[in-house]
Formats: sequence, structure tokens, C-alpha cells
Amino acid sequence: MLFDTKNPVRILGLAVLLSVAMISAAHAEDDDDDKRGAPAMNTQWKTECGACHVAFPPRLLPAESWRAVMSGLDKHFGSDASLDPAAAAEIRAYLEKNAGSGKYAAAGKPILRITETRWFKREHDEVPARTWNNPKVKSAANCAACHTQAEAGNYSEHNIRIPK
Amino acid sequence: MIRLFHVLVLVFVAVAGLTSLSAAAQTPDDVLTALKTEAKASTTGFQGFSAQRGERFFKQTHGNELSCASCHTENPAASGKHAKTAKIIKPLAPASNPERFTDSAKVEKWFKRNCNDVLDRVCTPQEKGDVLTYLLTVKS
Ligand code: HEC
Ligand code: HEC
Ligand code: HEC
Repeated sequence: MLFDTKNPVRILGLAVLLSVAMISAAHAEDDDDDKRGAPAMNTQWKTECGACHVAFPPRLLPAESWRAVMSGLDKHFGSDASLDPAAAAEIRAYLEKNAGSGKYAAAGKPILRITETRWFKREHDEVPARTWNNPKVKSAANCAACHTQAEAGNYSEHNIRIPK
Repeated sequence: MIRLFHVLVLVFVAVAGLTSLSAAAQTPDDVLTALKTEAKASTTGFQGFSAQRGERFFKQTHGNELSCASCHTENPAASGKHAKTAKIIKPLAPASNPERFTDSAKVEKWFKRNCNDVLDRVCTPQEKGDVLTYLLTVKS
């Protein structure tokens, strides 16, 4: 009776089974710690750090910088971005785990702004002053003004459109 | 038998999941009622909330260059734009955006942050209730 295809309990059971399978698949991806592939996603980070600006990818700053950013959220570049301690701890761990290294690592005092790092200035040294001053750009931190896929964490040179 | 057990466990998990979701979901009216309780307890001579006062509060500056309207615009039924980052902000009025004021933790988090940015202090329950009363009168 319970396994009659027309039985709603069985259908519900199957639906639930399917969704559980999907959730665990998503988790398996989450746990995949491949530094070179797409970084693991964290919903808490995406929601909280993507509310006022695009969620800047963890790889673009070294761990020391993220630690410094996360310890001053109540005075965050002139805004109150304070978080409850549980969410803050989860996000800090995610950022540190996926933080940048190599050219993204910086010596000395941690730099809080991506836009003040050496690699950022080098990558953007051909962008003329009038572009930075364009009201459509407003701030160098407004990555999405030029990087059309910034929301998805993609900064490839193939997805750049400079506003006129 | 094992399959039956599995299905039952899964149904249980699903039901438990749904109940915990609905426990967090609120309506703007629930949020307003909670603010009223707070305001009654903390405001001497509390006279109720006023949409007019809420609108004035929302549109004026309070000591620095920002008002609530700087990011949420003069028309809270429309999309806003963050004054510092230019990021688009979904409409604040529940008539245009049914997700608004349905999660009291989220509401409190943003009142605290945004009031600190605009007034350099937290908002009182009276101010928050006035603003929500105003937002509930805004038509999409
Ligand atoms: C309440 C709004 C708000 C929230 C929430 C927020 N930020 Fe910001 N953030 C800002 C503002 C405003 C700036 C300054 C933007 C500018 O100068 O153009 C900024 C700038 C930054 C910068 C520097 C950008 C640059 O290179 O110039 C970083 C890094 C940053 N935020 C990280 C975070 C992280 C991590 C989180 C999540 C924990 C977060 N932000 C959440 C408002 C916010
Ligand atoms: C005014 C437009 C503009 C803004 C704003 C901007 N960028 Fe860029 N970005 C560019 C241009 C132009 C390049 C150079 C592409 C090239 O070398 O062909 C670039 C290159 C890059 C690269 C290297 C891409 C590659 O494939 O080599 C990264 C990473 C990057 N930007 C990140 C950012 C981040 C993060 C922000 C925001 C904090 C940002 N950019 C803001 C225009 C912009
Ligand atoms: C500097 C920009 C800025 C200013 C100024 C600002 N807000 Fe906001 N507000 C935001 C952002 C960003 C969000 C969250 C984005 C989202 O959820 O789409 C938000 C969300 C909210 C929420 C959350 C509602 C919900 O249930 O989702 C409330 C309430 C709110 N703001 C009220 C106010 C009030 C009241 C003022 C004036 C005291 C104000 N805001 C001023 C940027 C601002």
C-alpha cells in the first residue's frame, strides 16, 4: 500500500529523498577544498557581505587583511556593518580559509582595501582618471561598474565593460 | 521495512524543517505589534505610531549628510541605491517587496546599522514604529 505509486506518502518520501540527496551533493561540493578551482561558497558570507556592495572574493586579500576587516565591522569604511558573533565567526573562518596568497599576499601592516593593494593598482594602471571619476563608477570599489560578472565572483578580462 | 523506515525519517526531517522555517517567518504586522509593546514600555505617554511622523523622519537628515531616503529613495516603493557603493537596493515598502519586515532579526540588524549611520545612535521603538507605519501606507 505504502509503495503504491499513487500513494502521496510515497511521492512525498521520494521528493524529500531527492531534495536530501541534492543538499548532500551541494555539501560535498562545499567541502571540496581545491584551491585552484572555484572557491567554496558560503551563503552567510554571500548574503551578509553582499548586502551593501558585491561580496568581494576572499582570494583578493590575504588572511591578515580579512582578520582586520572582520574585527572592525561596527566602523566599516564609514558604515556600521556589525554582525552577530555567530555569523561573524563563520564568515571570518570562511574568508581566512579561502584568503589570497602569492601576489595577493602583502607584507607589513594589513591593507583593508582591495583597491589599495599593489596588485589592484597594477591591474588597473591603464584605467584613466576620467573613468574613475565617472559618476557611473563612483568608487573604485564599485567593481560591478566595469566587471559585468562581479556579482558571480568573475573578474576575467573577458567580462569588462568600461562605462562611458 | 528499511525503506519504510527511511521514508518515515525523511518525512520527519522535512516536517521538522518546515516547522522551524515557519517559526522564523513573521508578517510586518507582527513586527509592528512587537514594536508597539516595546514603545509602550519605554516611552512615557506613548500615543501610538504616526505615518506622517515616520515619513518626515525617513526623508530628513539628522545631523550628517545621510537620510534614510539617501539609500532607499524618497519613494520606498521603488528600488534604492546605496549612497556610498551605488549597489541597487530592493524596495523597502512591503507593498513592493513582500520579503520586507518578515524576519525580526534582520529588521533589528538593519535598523541598528542604518540608524547608526544616519543618526549616530540607535533609533527608539517610537521612531522605528513610525517608520514602519509609514512604509505600510506606501502603495506599490
Ligand atoms: C552596511 C553596509 C556594508 C556591509 C554589510 C558590508 N560592507 Fe564592506 N563596505 C561598505 C562600504 C560603504 C564600503 C566603502 C565603499 C567605497 O569606498 O566605495 C565598504 C568597503 C569594503 C571593502 C574595501 C573595498 C575596497 O577595496 O575599497 C572591503 C574589503 C569590504 N567592504 C569587505 C566587507 C566584508 C568582508 C563584509 C561582510 C562581513 C562587508 N564588507 C559588509 C559597506 C558594507
Ligand atoms: C573603472 C572600471 C573598473 C573598476 C571599477 C574595477 N576594475 Fe578591475 N579591471 C578593470 C580593467 C580595465 C582591467 C584590466 C583588464 C586587462 O588587463 O585587460 C581590470 C582587471 C582586473 C583584474 C585582473 C583580471 C584578469 O583577468 O587579469 C581583477 C582581478 C580585477 N580587475 C578586480 C577588480 C575588483 C575586485 C574591483 C573592485 C574592488 C575592480 N576590479 C574594479 C576595470 C575596472
Ligand atoms: C547607506 C545606505 C542606507 C541608509 C542611509 C539607510 N539604509 Fe536601510 N538598508 C540599506 C541596505 C543596504 C539594506 C539591506 C539590503 C537589502 O536587504 O536589500 C537596508 C535594509 C533596511 C531594513 C531591513 C528591512 C527588511 O526587513 O529587509 C530596514 C528596516 C531599513 N533598511 C531601514 C532604514 C531606515 C529607517 C533608515 C534611516 C534611519 C535607513 N534604512 C537608511 C541601506 C541603507
